[in-house]
Amino acid sequence: MAQPNPLTTPPPGADTQVVPGHVEHTEAHSGAFPPFETSGFLAQIIWLALAFGLLYYLMDKVALPRIRGILHNRAERLRADLDQAQAMKSQADAAGAAYETSLREAQNKARDIAQGTRNELNAEAEAKRKMLEAELNTKLAASEATIRSRTEAAMGNVRSIAGETASAIVERLTGQAPDQASLDRALDATAH
Amino acid sequence: MAVTIDPIHQFELKSLVPLGHIGHQQLAFTQSALYMFAAVGVVALITIVATASRSVVPGRMQSLAEVFYEFIEDTLHQATGDGGKKFMPLVFSLFMFVLILNLFGMIPYAFAVTSHLIITFGLAALVISVVVGYGVYKHGAHFFGLFVPSGVPKVLLAILVPIEVISFISRPISLSVRLFANMLAGHIAMKIFAFFVVQLLLAGAWSVLSPLPLFLTIALTALEFLVAALQAYVFATLTAIYLNDALHPGH
Repeated sequence: MAQPNPLTTPPPGADTQVVPGHVEHTEAHSGAFPPFETSGFLAQIIWLALAFGLLYYLMDKVALPRIRGILHNRAERLRADLDQAQAMKSQADAAGAAYETSLREAQNKARDIAQGTRNELNAEAEAKRKMLEAELNTKLAASEATIRSRTEAAMGNVRSIAGETASAIVERLTGQAPDQASLDRALDATAH
Repeated sequence: MAVTIDPIHQFELKSLVPLGHIGHQQLAFTQSALYMFAAVGVVALITIVATASRSVVPGRMQSLAEVFYEFIEDTLHQATGDGGKKFMPLVFSLFMFVLILNLFGMIPYAFAVTSHLIITFGLAALVISVVVGYGVYKHGAHFFGLFVPSGVPKVLLAILVPIEVISFISRPISLSVRLFANMLAGHIAMKIFAFFVVQLLLAGAWSVLSPLPLFLTIALTALEFLVAALQAYVFATLTAIYLNDALHPGH
């Protein structure tokens, strides 16, 4: 560290090291702490300005607008996709709701139709039953009338048979036939 | 022992293409300039080449560029609000430039450009001139209201205004020295501890102790990676905060 380093920034001319009077002067600078070596400052500032200027230009004109565009596009794309998904979801919801209502309508309709049919059939059955009943009732009434007339006829025959029988019995017992008037009186007496 | 330690050697400028000199100033294309242009190339690679396809679904490099962009945009927006958008190229370029140069310094045998005060001071001077230039252009004399705290008695102003002026002037100094000193000290420390390993190995029985500085060197290397990224972030954040003064000079 003490000896002058041969790798320090080369002096402007080789003569500075050769001339003894200048050695001290050169050493004072080239032996200095390199970051504080002022002889390189101007060049470093110039190169810094060029490099950083180039970087700034590239970033300002090319890189940053491009990255901003990429990020913007991605955000746009995401928003568009989300909007689309939202729209599709509401569509699906609407379709679901429409399906629900149509299903309910169909169910109601089916119930109405079933109810109507049931009512119709019931009414028809009722009408048929009534008709049958009326028919049967008339038939029953007719039968009853026949029975009554037949009974009456039969009952009328009973009197004449009883009169004939009584006259025959009296004739056998007394040997002579009773007159019609006393026979009728006797029949009326027994009939009550 | 013939082994000597020279932790300073790594900071020396090496002339690659001598270009003569103006008076005492030596003009040359140095390795420092080469590293600076290489950094510009790396940043361009990440932010321009990798984004060429403009994919909606980004690849690794493109998402790296996007992460840096959103990170700096977020930092700038937090410090300056909506008005700071026009400074995005400046803050982004500063951050990427310093970050890549700091990380270049972490490559063995590579040169750490940001360990030179003139470089960090150049960047800090750029920031402060933008702050002052934009502040005066936008707000005129009102910009200097920055140095006059509001709601303070007139007597106190006599003390406070010089303090505010000094604190403003010290900004480019602190901004540049912070970065420069961090990089310089870190690299010297790494070199010294790494050299201890060699020295202990050559010191006979003491060589059993050589793993200690080795572990320290490894730990320091990790720390230096952190510092490299952190100082780039600090530089960008402080730039954004100073720009906020130019945008909103009211105290």
